Amino acid sequence: MSFDVQKIRQDFPILQRKVNGYPLVYFDNAATSQKPQVVIDSIVDYYSNYNANIHRGVHSLSQEATDVYELAREKIKQHFNAKHNHEIIFTSGTTHSINIVASGYSEILQKGDEVIVSAMEHHSNIVPWQMLCEKTGAVLKVIPMNEEGNLLVSDYDTILSSATKLVFVNHVSNALGTINPIKEIIEKAHQYGAKVLIDGAQACSHILPDFQDLDVDFYVASAHKMCGPTGVGFLYGKSELLNILPPYQGGGEMIKEVTFKKTTYAELPHKFEAGTPNISGGIAFGVALDYLSAIGIDAINSYENELLNYATEKLLEIEGLKIYGTGKEKTAVISFNIEGIHPYDIGTIVDKLGVAVRTGHHCAQPIMEFYKIPGTVRASFAFYNTKKEIDIFIEAIKKAKMMLS
Amino acid sequence: MMMTIESIQEEIIDEFSMFDDWMQRYEYMIDLGKSVPLISNSNKTDDHLIKGCQSKVWLHAALEDGKIVFTADSDAIITKGIIAILLRVFSNQKPENILAANTNFVDEIGLKEHLSLTRANGLVSMIKQLKLYALAYETQLKN
Ligand SMILES: Cc1ncc(COP(=O)(O)O)c(C=O)c1O
Repeated sequence: MSFDVQKIRQDFPILQRKVNGYPLVYFDNAATSQKPQVVIDSIVDYYSNYNANIHRGVHSLSQEATDVYELAREKIKQHFNAKHNHEIIFTSGTTHSINIVASGYSEILQKGDEVIVSAMEHHSNIVPWQMLCEKTGAVLKVIPMNEEGNLLVSDYDTILSSATKLVFVNHVSNALGTINPIKEIIEKAHQYGAKVLIDGAQACSHILPDFQDLDVDFYVASAHKMCGPTGVGFLYGKSELLNILPPYQGGGEMIKEVTFKKTTYAELPHKFEAGTPNISGGIAFGVALDYLSAIGIDAINSYENELLNYATEKLLEIEGLKIYGTGKEKTAVISFNIEGIHPYDIGTIVDKLGVAVRTGHHCAQPIMEFYKIPGTVRASFAFYNTKKEIDIFIEAIKKAKMMLS
Repeated sequence: MMMTIESIQEEIIDEFSMFDDWMQRYEYMIDLGKSVPLISNSNKTDDHLIKGCQSKVWLHAALEDGKIVFTADSDAIITKGIIAILLRVFSNQKPENILAANTNFVDEIGLKEHLSLTRANGLVSMIKQLKLYALAYETQLKN
């Protein structure tokens, strides 16, 4: 199937709007993606036609809602090639998923155990582990990175040991776009019996991880970065690991039997799904995955690479512009600064011209410290963006530079 | 005679009303940014950093003849322009007048977007900090 971006753009109503009098150029896709009409419709359809609480009612409406919700779980399982449906836990998003694992391990880890994170994590994938270490007395170690924005795998080799219990790395860095060699990272951790959690928040809209092939222990992501709604995501975990992990929250849905003496927990996945979930969100997430699959993640990836190369080339023609994250393996994200100009100023001016980019530290302050910069301007592309939009963006950056220098 | 906060605000509103579009407004602000009464380097410490800004903002206050003199700086030029406007309004004023002043003029000169929380540029934090200094000095003067 040929990639018809103009046709795809028609699926996204928001792309028709203007911002500050200019057509919207949305290059903040790494923060959240836009939603196609089918996803929006699925939410309306749920509330209009079969809204009911799930897993509880014997009535038809509840069964209908439960079936569609569970079908969404099945879709996630298939999309990422997990082994079992119950290995997919619905959560409110990446942050929530990470916290489930971190909180569970805080009851498993012991003093002297070691956990490893990478130098390019989102705060969501640092803070919960720091809290875990504080609680348990485990020691946090860091895989360093180099100037290009690549992890130093050789250093990883030296900090791995039999004391290592857990390793947390993002699949793709949100601030730099670097695609990390997670398969290698997982393999090496497994040699020491350590478990690995991969934060796939930035990856899943660009590449298709295969959970079984990766042999990953935990993998987490948010629907809203994959054309799905906000407030829903998943935690994938191998069932033998999820089974030993203590539950995160107590409440309805997650129990098997409750007496005042003792509660027995429900089986997976419900053990981790206390309370009424985001039903419409889960359903719409499934629809978003169908949408992405119909276009094809490979087609998306190769088109986005074209955008990335085009924009990189054009940006580098601007004098004094420096790109952070220049590794070979990266997604369509460009983090940059222009010499002598604060990223915040650039972001403010290009916004006036209808161009939405992100500025700041991107919740990855350790990376900014590494480069000794206050932040960057980050342009992140999606498959519905065009080269024409990149041209508009480049002109906006040039104008900002002119005004600000 | 010192101009009142209200009359300075009127003056600024007048100046900004001459511009036809955002670009002229921003160019003017960037220009104003160059005239901020700069905080001395010795005061450019973390104690004087205002939290809640994407760009760094340092603000210092000193009481002179019953009036607060503010000096400041930022690493972002648009933020500096905003500071220049704020200091023009609030510096060299009595604490009680600073406390009583409203800041509706920000809206009227077309900088409303900088009041939004998502901007994280700290205009809100800056105004809050100016007022906190005023409150501190007012209390000090009363005692
Ligand atoms: C790499 C990475 N991890 C975690 C998160 C947090 O995702 P959420 O806010 O959806 O929980 C993000 C979102 O920006 C991210 O980019």
